[in-house]
Parts: sequence; C-alpha cells; structure tokens
Amino acid sequence: MATLKLDNVKKSFGKTDVIHGVSVDVEDGEFIVIVGPSGCGKSTLLRMVAGLETVTSGEVRINGKRVNDVEPMDRDIAMVFQNYALYPHMSVFDNMAYGLKIAKVPKPEIAERVQTAAKLLQLEPYLQRKPRELSGGQRQRVAMGRAIVRKPAVFLFDEPLSNLDAKLRVQMRLEIKALQRELGVTSLYVTHDQVEAMTLADRMIVMNAGVADQIGAPLDVYANPETEFVAGFIGSPPTNFIDAALVGGQSGRIGVRPEHIALSDTGLLTATVGYSEALGAETLVHLRTGDGAQITVRQDAALPIPGEGETRGLSWTDENVMRFDASGLRQH
Amino acid sequence: MEKRVTFKGIWLPLLLVLPQILITAVFFFYPAGQAIWQSLFIPDPFGLSMQWVGLGNFEFLLSDRFYRASFLTTAIFSILVTVVSMGVALYLAVLADRLIKGSGTYRTLLIWPYAVAPAVAGVLWLFMFNTRVGVVTWYLGILGYDWNHVLNEGEAMGLVVVASAWGRISYNFLFFLAGLQAIPKSVVEAAAIDGARFWTRFRTIVWPLLSPTTFFLLVVNIIYAFFETFGVIHTITSGGPQQATTILVYKVYSDGFVGQDLGSSAAQSVILLVIVSILTVVQFKYIERRVHY
Amino acid sequence: MAERNGMVEKRGSGLWLTHLGLIIGVAFIFFPIWLAFVASTVDQQDIVRPPMPLLPGDKFFENYGRALVSGVNAPVATMLWNSLVMALGIALGKIAISLLSAFAIVYFRFPGRKVFFWLIFLTLMLPVEVRIVPTFEVIANFGMLNSYSGLILPLIASATATFLFRQFFMTVPDELAEAARVDGAKPMRFFFDILLPMSRTNIAALFVILFIYGWNQYLWPLLITTDPEMNTIVMGIKQMFPSGDDFAHWPTIMATSILAMVPPVIVVIGMQKLFIRGLVESEK
Repeated sequence: MATLKLDNVKKSFGKTDVIHGVSVDVEDGEFIVIVGPSGCGKSTLLRMVAGLETVTSGEVRINGKRVNDVEPMDRDIAMVFQNYALYPHMSVFDNMAYGLKIAKVPKPEIAERVQTAAKLLQLEPYLQRKPRELSGGQRQRVAMGRAIVRKPAVFLFDEPLSNLDAKLRVQMRLEIKALQRELGVTSLYVTHDQVEAMTLADRMIVMNAGVADQIGAPLDVYANPETEFVAGFIGSPPTNFIDAALVGGQSGRIGVRPEHIALSDTGLLTATVGYSEALGAETLVHLRTGDGAQITVRQDAALPIPGEGETRGLSWTDENVMRFDASGLRQH
Repeated sequence: MEKRVTFKGIWLPLLLVLPQILITAVFFFYPAGQAIWQSLFIPDPFGLSMQWVGLGNFEFLLSDRFYRASFLTTAIFSILVTVVSMGVALYLAVLADRLIKGSGTYRTLLIWPYAVAPAVAGVLWLFMFNTRVGVVTWYLGILGYDWNHVLNEGEAMGLVVVASAWGRISYNFLFFLAGLQAIPKSVVEAAAIDGARFWTRFRTIVWPLLSPTTFFLLVVNIIYAFFETFGVIHTITSGGPQQATTILVYKVYSDGFVGQDLGSSAAQSVILLVIVSILTVVQFKYIERRVHY
Repeated sequence: MAERNGMVEKRGSGLWLTHLGLIIGVAFIFFPIWLAFVASTVDQQDIVRPPMPLLPGDKFFENYGRALVSGVNAPVATMLWNSLVMALGIALGKIAISLLSAFAIVYFRFPGRKVFFWLIFLTLMLPVEVRIVPTFEVIANFGMLNSYSGLILPLIASATATFLFRQFFMTVPDELAEAARVDGAKPMRFFFDILLPMSRTNIAALFVILFIYGWNQYLWPLLITTDPEMNTIVMGIKQMFPSGDDFAHWPTIMATSILAMVPPVIVVIGMQKLFIRGLVESEK
C-alpha cells in the first residue's frame, strides 16, 4: 500500500547535469517502467529513489513522506539488481533472510516469510544451496525472493533480466508481471528493452538524455509519441522519418510507422528496394529514398516481395502521419 | 580505479586506519626520522651530549676503507646469491617443465625449503662445513683440500653465498616454473618443427618470453640478498674473517649494537634507506607486475 | 595433458636424464636437512669424531627430549612457544590492521585518504633492518624489551597485505554493498557479514606467507630478547653455540634446528595451494 511521488527531481555529478527534472505520481500498486537507451539517466533515477544516490534537487516522496535524506533501509523499498548481487557465501535462505535478520525480525517469522516467498518462487528445494550452485533463472528468483520477504512498500528493479538468455527472459518477464499483480506492490522497473517496457508497464516513462520525454500507458505512447525520440525508440522496427519538405510539408520531419506504409506503383515518394526479410507472418522490406533515407515497410506475408533494385512508390494515409518540428516536438 | 559506492562518515574510516597509522608512526616513521636526525650528530664519549656534525658522518663513512669494502662485499655477495639461486632454480624449472607427469611431485619436493629460516639454513651449512666436525670438510680433507672458512676469506664468502642461495631456490623455482608453463606450447612446437634444437629453442624463444619473470626475480633476489640474509651471515661468519662477509646490513648492526657507534650506524641506516627506496621504486615502476600468472 | 608437451617432449634416455637432473637437485636441497636430522639422532661422540655417520642413530628421543625439556640456555619447548606466539601475532596482526585499512580506503572517502595511502606505501622502504637502532630505542622506552608486544608490534604494519586486500575489495561488485545497504547493513556489519567471509581464501593464503615471515624473524628477536626465556627458536639456535673453543653440543643444536623448521614446513606442505597463491599474489 504505497504511493511514490517524484517532484522535479534533478541530479548532477559535479557540473554535469544528468537528470534535468523528472516529475511523476505513481499510484498504489502501479507498475511503472522507466525505459531509455543507455546513459539516459534511468538507472540514476531509480537509484535516487532507492537512496543509493543523493538527490541534487527536487523531492522523492514515498507514501507522502519526504525521503530525500532517509537511508535506503528506512525507505521501505526493496531492490532487484542487474547482476542480482546475491551474497556468494550465503545460502539461498540466508540471502533472503539477511535483511530481516538485521531488522531483528523474530526467527520463526523470518523462517515463515522466507518459506512463503520460496514457495511462491518455486525455490523450496534450493534453500540450502549457495548462489553459485543455481542456474541464472534461479538466481534471478532468489533476488526477487530477497525483495519479496521484506514486504516493502515499493519494488525497485534495475534491469533485472538483462543477464538472462532470450528464452528465459521472456519467461521471467511473465513471472514478474504475474507476481507483481498477485502481490500488488507498487513497482518501478528500469530497462533498455522496449519490449519489456511495453509488456510489463501499466505506465511507462520514456527517458532521453536526462529528460522524461513522455509518461503514459504503453499503447498510448506507441500510438501517440510526443517527441521524435519516443517515436523512434518505441516500436520495432522503428518509425520511419522523412524530411517534411519532400512530401510537401514545411520544416521538420514526419514519422510513419513501418506497418502504416504500403508499397505501390506510384506513391507520395519513390524508393529503391534493398533487401527484404521474410519473417513468416510478415515481411520487412528495406528501401532507400532518393535523398538516402532508410525506409522500412512491414507488410503481410501474403503480399508479393519486391525484387532487389526495383523502384517502388510509398503511400500512407494522413491519419497515420506524425509531424515533428525542428526541435523534435510533436505538432498536432 | 575508484568504487562507485561508498559509505558515509569520516570518523569511522579514520578509526579504521588508526591502528595502522599508530604502528607506522611509532615504529616506522619516528625511528626512520630518528635515524636521519642522529646521522647528523656525533655523541660524546660518555653519551651525555650530541655534537652537530652535519654531513660529517656521511663524509667519514664514504672515505672509510672498511665501509667502502663493505659496499663491495655487499655487491659481490648479492650478485653471487642472485646468480646462484636463480641459475639452479631455472635449471630445475626447465627440467620439471619438460616432464608430462611428475612435475607436481618435484614441485612439492623443491618448494618447502622456502619455509626454512635463513638463520636455520646458516646453521645447517655451518654444520656441514664446520672446520672440526663438518662432514664436507672431512671429505674435502680426504681429497687433499684443507677447508677453513674461519680463516679463508674466499671460502667464507662462498659458504654464506651457498647457504643464502640454497633456501632461495624454492622461491625462484616456483616463479620460473609458472613462467615456463605460461609459455604457449604451440610456440615451442612451431620452433621444433622449424628444426630448432633444444638449446636454440631455449635461447631464441623461451628465454625472451621468460624475461619479465627473470627481471622480476632479479630485483626481488637482490632485495633478499641485501636485507634478509642477516641471519645467514650472523650464524656462519659473524661478518668475518677480517670483515670479508660484512654486508651493509650486518655492519649497521655491528657498528650500532656491538660497536655502539650511533652516529655512524644511523648514517649507514640512511644510506640503506636510500638503496631500498631505489629498489622499491624500480620494482614498482619498471616491472610489469602482472606478467606472472 | 598428453599433448601438452607434444613432440618436444623427451623420450627414452632423455626422459631419464631429466629425472636424474631433478633428483640431483632434490638431493642438493635435501642433503643439509638430512645431515641435520642424522646429527639429531646420534651421540655427541659420533659427531666430534668425524666423519659422522650418514644414517640415523638411536638417540632420537633422548636428543629431542633433552632439547625440548632443558635445551642449552632455555628449554626449546619455551622457545617454540615464543615463536608460535610471535608468528601468530604478526600474521594475525598484519591481517587485521590491513583488512581494516583496506576497507577504509576502498569504501570511504575521508580527508587524508591519499596521504594515508602513500604513508603505507612508504613503509615498504623501511624494513626493520634499516631502522634497527632507533626502533630498538622506542621499544626500550616503552619498556617492551623481552615482551611479546615488543616482538610483534614493530613488525605488523603491512603495505603488502593492505594493497592485496585493497586489490581484492576493488573486485567485489558494487552491487553487493548496495544490496547490503538496502538490506539495512551498516558499514561494519557489511564488513563482518559480507566482506570478511568473501575474503577468507585471500586471508588464508596471506596467513601462510605471513606466518612463515613471522616465524623466521631473526634480527629483531636477537635485538630485543636478552632473556633466554623470551628467545624465539630461530634466533635461539645461535645462542646455543658456546663462546670460545668449546665443542658445541651438536645433537641438541641439530634437534633444535629440525624443530625450528618443522612448523613452517608443515604449513607450506599442508597448505601448498594456498601458499603458492599467497606467494604469487603478495608479490603482484
């Protein structure tokens, strides 16, 4: 039962500003994903919430209480680290119990809470093992278990899946989502992977160079990117950008998603076909326009695949066009 | 390299380093300062007052025939100890490296003398070469050689060199063997296919690749010969005969504690300090410290 | 392993020559110790009438018993005990203060940190041999002559150990300290619960090296233990030689020499892996 509020939070290291003022209100039980390319400041933001980095200015509030100067352990948070940060010399049980021991929770209660978490995460057979005797997915679960047993107000996840292989990543992603639903704990989750962001988030914060470009529900962000950066970062393959002047516009660029462009004999623009990727259900066709811009078209697999070197027209409908001004802001 | 994460607090870290600070201040820096200070004075014959002589002690030392002789003795002694112990160790390491099976057994058999104190090594060798009861002395006598390191300066030097080098072979062997085993076998095999015989292979391939280890051991062994062989000298010859085995460290001891010549002993300490500083800097600056393993 | 040396490996007579060379080396290493052992099992009369026998005699228990119980100036058992206290004191003392210093240097930012780092480095340049007289005076002024603290304290500052632990702490992932902070561990709790258990192999390896270093000290105990009851065994052997022209009592002296090397040799052979690791790492 907790809310989290960031109010114009800024961070600088010496003279370098890395976070330029981020504000967000997180509701109780909400799953927020902070997504952005590496170096955008997303991890720093999370670490400020955790209390591992000091806040240069602005406020962090958990349940309405200002926690800027509160030690991590007193913030009622739990964190899952990118490399899990399991204590290598302790058993799974001790790893999970360590925080509770420090908090002087009575022994029977520690045992009970660890058992409950272990059951939830299917870790019961492994409680006496050391982290090095576990698989990657199991270590990941222990890291989650360590967070769960503390019954925190807020879960913080710092790229928790980035060390897993692709298959396991999908599986753990589903598990995390299910777990968060079941426990209903407010969560803040950092990732550079937009698929993770899209699938996990109730709302996502898209970060770009220390600024929260857009905050919103995943599908809203996908459908209505507020900036050229967001349009380009969210969605795979990314949005195509075309100089507005080429298609009779003014300054700035327009963006059209690959699935919104159709190949035709004539079109708003012509382009030369490069290579095509037939993915089964769909085909990605890569083209190059006269001024050298790369265009990707996503079309149904049933449609004919154009030959390399052919010149094709590109067409789209006006409602699918996103217009951005010279500074990258969306024009409505 | 710095840690990203640090704990807050100033008093706790200061408290943590306090024991080390106290020990180094009281037993390292204060005495070193005292040595430098005392080296500028001469105490009067009754030890009641000190007379300032500036660099007089140093001037006297450097013009002193015995001190200069001790310098030369130290140089000869260090070079001999280093060459003998490294030579034998390299020879054994090359042999052990050629074995497919059993090199581990030989390593176990060869490394443990590292644990034998130089002073104990001194007693062992003194016993073998004792002029009255020594076994080796007796057999040499049978062969017509009259061994007497108590009187013969060359024999005394030879004995302390061998006794000092003996215990050091383990250490050098260990590092040489590790260095040899780190050389990719494919390189040596390629040379063999090219028709190089063992000695050519060793000279043109193995030795150059081993040179970081060799240089490292050279410095470390010189430091050993300078400072850690006191026990050998003290047990076997006590610096004699006629100061033929009085190395610098032994002279600091004998002038300071036996001769009670504090000013001179302090000045000698300062000179040693300069030497060890140079060796330490060489060790840190010019040695790629990560070449072994 | 079979192809490790491949075609460069010696075959037949070459292989035997290799073994022969190594055996000669091993014999050279063993011979002085063998002689000492033989001398510690025979009668004084067997030795003073050279050549002494080359095979052990039947006086083993007599000689060792005499050495341990009465010795020459002091019972060797007492000297063994003194050596043990000194070696353990030096090894554990060095490890303790080095761990604390390294922890402070790596995990805190405090004024004077850089200066402190260089001060430790400078101690490398001040081996006890170059500061014997003034250090002796310090110990004398503290009234620590003929005491364990006098034997131990001046030798327990350690740049090597501090650097080694610093190096190791730098490789401990930052996230572990962060996880511990989130778990509510204060610095010292993190040190004892996480850092110390993670360092135990390093500590053990260093212990082997430092124990031998402490056990084998010679000059320092020679200076500050004038009371035979406080002699360590390594320096006490030399004290067993009579001044003047008397015959030394070789069986006792050689029994003592053997006793002086047994504990460190056991440590080296018993903990060979840790020993090699400690040796290589402390020289890095």
